[in-house]
Amino acid sequence: MSVSLNVMYFAWLRERIGVSSEAVETTAATVSELIDELAAREERYAVAFQDLSVIKVAVDQVMVDFSTPLKGANEVAFFPPMTGG
Amino acid sequence: MTVRVQSEDFDMGAELKLLSQGRDDIGAVVSFSGLVRDDTGDLLALELEHYPGMTQAALADLETKAFARWDLSACLIIHRYGKLETGAQIMMVATASAHRRDAFEAAQYLMDFLKTDAPFWKKEHLKSGTRWVAQATSDTDAKKRW
Repeated sequence: MSVSLNVMYFAWLRERIGVSSEAVETTAATVSELIDELAAREERYAVAFQDLSVIKVAVDQVMVDFSTPLKGANEVAFFPPMTGG
Repeated sequence: MTVRVQSEDFDMGAELKLLSQGRDDIGAVVSFSGLVRDDTGDLLALELEHYPGMTQAALADLETKAFARWDLSACLIIHRYGKLETGAQIMMVATASAHRRDAFEAAQYLMDFLKTDAPFWKKEHLKSGTRWVAQATSDTDAKKRW
């Protein structure tokens, strides 16, 4: 079953992919599967998601692991490690 | 507990005064402010991006955890976003308590977690171009003591 997600990108991920957010129709069951799906779409996604050690993810605004299920999720955000303060 | 995420500057003195105004249970106020620093003489501005939906909640969550752990009377976090010039205030944290120890420790705890757990990203605008600031290993290590 496919779900519609609002996928957001911040900092250099936003710059590399070229949009700050987009609606994504996906059958991905987990964050990992969503990343694979996006990376397979176009070169700019593949480049952005090349090194997952420098990418964090939040599902519905809570930081999670890549193995987190997407069931019931509305918003998925990808971003580099935070540098506040 | 107060969290403010804003582009405008703030008056730290006025904020600290407000924090303890009308309270007779506060014996100690500890504050920290972070400023835009130029290490190389090459920095034109620092741009801060954040995740509007998540930032406020992430900072409030840190305050809740600090309140659970220390005996705090009041707590304030102000964090700016947007393009900031060298020397500008980026953010401030203030903690108030009956005694200094709780206020000192809670302020350090909030700063250590804020650096790596609040959704802010810094981009340096240099004379030679732009560069995203990478998370410092020292910042991820700093959290471990708590």
